[in-house]
Amino acid sequence: MKTPLTLAERRTPLSVKLGLGLLTWFIVLVFFFPVLWMALTGFKSETAANTPTPKFVFSPTLYEYQSVWYGTAGTAGLRGYLEHSIAISAGSTVIVIALALPAAYALAIRPIRKWRDVLFFFISTKMLPIVGAIIPLFIIARDLNILDTQRLLILLYTAMNLPIAVWMLRSFLLEVPLSVIEAAQVDGARLPRQLRSVVIPLIMPGLAAAALLCFIFSWNEFFLAVNLTTTNGATVPIYLVGFVAPEGEFLAHLSAAATVACLPVLIAGWAAQDKLVRGLSMGAVK
Amino acid sequence: MSLTSTTRHRRGLPAAAAAAALLAATASACSNPNASSSGSSSGAQTITVAVTANPLMTTIENLTASGFEAGHPNIKVKFVTYDENTERADVEKDVAAHGGQYDVVMIGPNDIASWASNGWIDSLDSEVAADTSYDVGDLLPPIKDALSSKGHLYALPFYGESSFIMYNKKIFAADGLTMPAAPTWAQIEQLAAKADDTSKNVAGICLRGLTGWGDNLASLDTVINTMGGAWFDKNWNAELTSPATEAAVNFYVNLVKKYGEPGAGNDSFNQCLNIFEQGQAAMWYDATVGASTVDASGSPIAGDVGFAPAPVDKTKSSGWLWTWALALESSSKHQSAAEQFMNWATSKQYIAYDASKNGWAAVPPGTRTSTYQNPEYQKAAGAFANLTLQEIDSVNINQPGVAPQPVPGVQYVGIPEFEDFGQQVSAQITAAIDGQESVSQALTTSQQIAQQAVINAGYKS
Repeated sequence: MKTPLTLAERRTPLSVKLGLGLLTWFIVLVFFFPVLWMALTGFKSETAANTPTPKFVFSPTLYEYQSVWYGTAGTAGLRGYLEHSIAISAGSTVIVIALALPAAYALAIRPIRKWRDVLFFFISTKMLPIVGAIIPLFIIARDLNILDTQRLLILLYTAMNLPIAVWMLRSFLLEVPLSVIEAAQVDGARLPRQLRSVVIPLIMPGLAAAALLCFIFSWNEFFLAVNLTTTNGATVPIYLVGFVAPEGEFLAHLSAAATVACLPVLIAGWAAQDKLVRGLSMGAVK
Repeated sequence: MSLTSTTRHRRGLPAAAAAAALLAATASACSNPNASSSGSSSGAQTITVAVTANPLMTTIENLTASGFEAGHPNIKVKFVTYDENTERADVEKDVAAHGGQYDVVMIGPNDIASWASNGWIDSLDSEVAADTSYDVGDLLPPIKDALSSKGHLYALPFYGESSFIMYNKKIFAADGLTMPAAPTWAQIEQLAAKADDTSKNVAGICLRGLTGWGDNLASLDTVINTMGGAWFDKNWNAELTSPATEAAVNFYVNLVKKYGEPGAGNDSFNQCLNIFEQGQAAMWYDATVGASTVDASGSPIAGDVGFAPAPVDKTKSSGWLWTWALALESSSKHQSAAEQFMNWATSKQYIAYDASKNGWAAVPPGTRTSTYQNPEYQKAAGAFANLTLQEIDSVNINQPGVAPQPVPGVQYVGIPEFEDFGQQVSAQITAAIDGQESVSQALTTSQQIAQQAVINAGYKS
């Protein structure tokens, strides 16, 4: 039995649908092409990558990807930097969510007095350009003897992402019907149980979206990392700028490194895809 | 009990406490880098060296374990590699704030005078004198002078360079052209006009147009110097709109526009290297260090490259002078270990060690007389070795142009503020090359920028 056509399907001619489909593919390809080109360039030799006219036909080699992963004799590969980035980004994300959830709860479910001022205060911390604070931060870190440490970046990335997470989680918490929480209370659930069994499951897509966003912001952050770390706390973006040589060829190696550097975020995004789509649109409609 | 919107509660406190505990736990879970970086428990010292990204530095990073650490078991070397602009900014912040993140830093001659007078880097006179095998007298005099301030040496050169003309002998032969032994810029323009052939996708000459005081201004400043122009006169009056400077900039911009590579506003060393290697430019005026790539075995035009001195006009020579050198941060906590590494990295022994691993053509050029006296280096780099040495030796860093200038510097003005206003002026030059504004407009704006910068910095009242 045929499924009956919807009204929209009946009205849209096949040629228009085909045209729209082709247009969509075209737009997707235009957006995706730079990423594809980056990944492909990583398979080229430096000579093949550095031609004035782009080369689509070339002899692929794994040399650059291997040297990115393992390093060359005497120089470190990307692995150490990846470990730093994962520890710092994951560590700061966990702390951000742990702090943002109760804060957002106090601003949404049970609004404290002057909750508007508190919300504004949170977002006002993002108004100071970080470049204006870098020298004081550097001197404080130097005096506390925590320059070039992972815990310094965890602390700073937590502070950097906390306002965004609070704002995001608050908008998700506003969607939770008060009656559901009241029903849990009637059943004798106290606050921790309400959060664990009712609130968190309801806002899980939003929580995932906020966490992933914090993770991505931490992963890509360059300015603080380059100014406050050298080796022991250096993250993936620091590794990437090490190849940009004014007097030397680096495109193939940089492309391979950038492709590998994108993978963890890509995998995390792909794994949380369904939650993300729901989460990112959750707070948008009221 | 029902909830109301105004109900206040303090049950969040345990959650906050738990989060704080989590923060502390995560922080303590991270390694203590200070322990690993000093390594004092085992008696070993780790020194951190900040370098700019380039192929010669990659080589030394590869050779340090076997060539230096093996002979100095108590010293470990960690390299931190950045692109040029990031390295400059990061290193300057560290030395200025006495951060002590680096022990050895890679700097250029433009930083020497101000960093030395600020006490950010240490004089190396006694250190190199104490090491008899170092042979400081072997360093090329112009390079050593560029790294000295008030008679004291503040950095040891890792490699040095000047600029010259490279040309494609096949294209020249096909067009019936001959490169003069000591070309003038007028002759280069004539050659470029004849060699330029858009139907064959061959530009007459490849020149830098990319914004950056180390990019387009490096080439352009040598043209300004030899044509009688200048950035400033002896009393810090900006000279960018003087007839001589304007004529020089007009010459450079017109040469690029008429016979240069298409899209020159985006090109610097790497882009011109590729264009020249692919046979898409008959000539290339750039750093002498480019010769070791275009004439190396992997290059498509190896063996077909000719070399000529930097073109001149009113001066006898006009090449630039640059060196990447290693300096000792005054706040370094491992001064002795850092000095030992610097001596090794810039020594005759390192050059010989590099040659034994990678061949003589690949050794760092432009630092030591002994390199150019070595028959094996002459054999490997004979096509350009002597000309490179000649170009470096002919540079007068105190007065590269026709008139005296307030501070030393060939392709830069030797004050810290130049990095900022030089960058702004270079953007104006790119705009002129791209045709967004006239040379006259670009120089009028540049004159104001340069003059105001030296007034603000207190060089001129």
